[in-house]
Amino acid sequence: MSKRVLLIEDEPNIIEAISFILSRDGWTVHTHEDGMSAMDKVLALPPDIIILDVMLPGRSGFDILRDLRATAETAKIPVMMLTARGQARDRELAERLGANHFMTKPFSNAEVRDHVRELMEAT
Amino acid sequence: MAIDPIIGTRIRDIRLDQEIRQADLAKMVGISSSYLNLIEHNKRRIAGKLLSDVALALSVAPERLSQGVNTSLLDQLHSAATNLSAKVELDRAENMAVRYPGWAALIVAQSKQLAALHDRVQVLNDRMTYDPELAGSLHQVITAVTAVRSAASILVGGERIDADWQARFHRNIYDDSVRLAASSEALIRYLDTPDTDGPPQSAPVDEVETALAAVDYHIAGLERAGQVNIPKLVKDMTPRGDAAADLMTRFLQTYHADAALMPLTKFAQTARDADYDPVALSHQFHAPVDAVLRRLSSLLAADGHLPMGLAVADASGAMLFRKPVSGFALPRAGAGCPLWPLFTAFGRPNQPIRAEVALPDATEQRFLCYAIATPVGAAGFDAPPVLHATMLIIPDPAQGTTEPIPGGVSCRICPRDGCAARREPSAIR
Repeated sequence: MSKRVLLIEDEPNIIEAISFILSRDGWTVHTHEDGMSAMDKVLALPPDIIILDVMLPGRSGFDILRDLRATAETAKIPVMMLTARGQARDRELAERLGANHFMTKPFSNAEVRDHVRELMEAT
Repeated sequence: MAIDPIIGTRIRDIRLDQEIRQADLAKMVGISSSYLNLIEHNKRRIAGKLLSDVALALSVAPERLSQGVNTSLLDQLHSAATNLSAKVELDRAENMAVRYPGWAALIVAQSKQLAALHDRVQVLNDRMTYDPELAGSLHQVITAVTAVRSAASILVGGERIDADWQARFHRNIYDDSVRLAASSEALIRYLDTPDTDGPPQSAPVDEVETALAAVDYHIAGLERAGQVNIPKLVKDMTPRGDAAADLMTRFLQTYHADAALMPLTKFAQTARDADYDPVALSHQFHAPVDAVLRRLSSLLAADGHLPMGLAVADASGAMLFRKPVSGFALPRAGAGCPLWPLFTAFGRPNQPIRAEVALPDATEQRFLCYAIATPVGAAGFDAPPVLHATMLIIPDPAQGTTEPIPGGVSCRICPRDGCAARREPSAIR
């Protein structure tokens, strides 16, 4: 059974591109676009890896990450953060909240694929 | 009254500057060299006739020996040094100002220019970092670029892709390119100011303060009875428009209302007769105390009135309005002295406060301050209270009736020990 990635991102064309890349790499990709109900989606799956955008409708990726790390069932799921804001304080906040990797847009497809593989191998 | 311990140092510095031997000066004023030596090393007090004789012998005004340099200049020199955390001989600042007043003024001017540039950079930095419109535009651009890059690299990756997927990615790239173009245009419009070739623009509040300072905070066009054209005045005084025009409009509307309540000719005479007592004027004109304080500050010193400064602050400590007065520095935000009646008034809303404030310079210059904090906006149950405090500042009151509050300008340049209001260490001790 293939490993599951949950992509929490609200931009349809980025969702489509990342889903295509990871699917071709053998992953089962689930997607979710809303920040408010993201935790419900995680708990319902749960995924092996989460790719989490910072700017989401309803709730920020940082808030979702905080909840993920505070919830026993999700505390150890590897999380890769995506953001269009590459500021040092965002990166530092992501690290403090327990992100496993922090990726700044625009990124290459190979970067996404390689980091997802690395996170999977590290678990 | 305590003798300023630095008088002896001033005498010595001026004497050395004029290349007069200690023995010669002592002979000129009829004292022994050893006694003058003790005075110059601040081990003996000097006052009265002897001080006048020494001043005469040195060809300086006695005040220069007793009061030293302009205290405002000295404060500004201290600020210049502490703002940059410069390791300079702060205890020699007065000598510097006395001996080289031109250089001292240049240092102060450069320090102010640096501070203004620093504020400007801070505003631009805040704009780049926190401006929601800019952040939103950049986010759209980067998101579109990311989507285009991902889709394009899939198409050129060399691996076989279904025709359906190819068509979808082609369409996505087109959609994102259209979105990217629109976002980029919006971004350029936002960043492209109409006078990019002109001189740097000041902040709106600076533009308003500069325009008001140019007319000494007295708006002759609003003192006449009858119809006034406030929009035209606003346009004349703040030609750049936008935020500065909004601020100026609010100021002029308030000024106009105050002037209607307290017409200039009658108010000016009554103010003189009442010795500029705001509460007495409030009763005579049936006007709120804060309006009287504003009205008093609009009287021109050129017409023989006392020089008066004014400060208006909100409860966060931010200065909403400043009319400076010599010797009393008014910071824009967050750096004033919490002991000023301007701030203590917030603890007693609607109650007028009269207090003298002494600043910690060589002469402990006094300022008579009248302040009151009043609610702003319409009253409503359970609404958070919004207060503005207004303080009138009159330098050198004729005679002190109360013990002055030992205030300061800013903790960074305030040498007072044991002050409960101190929020950071002094840099000049």
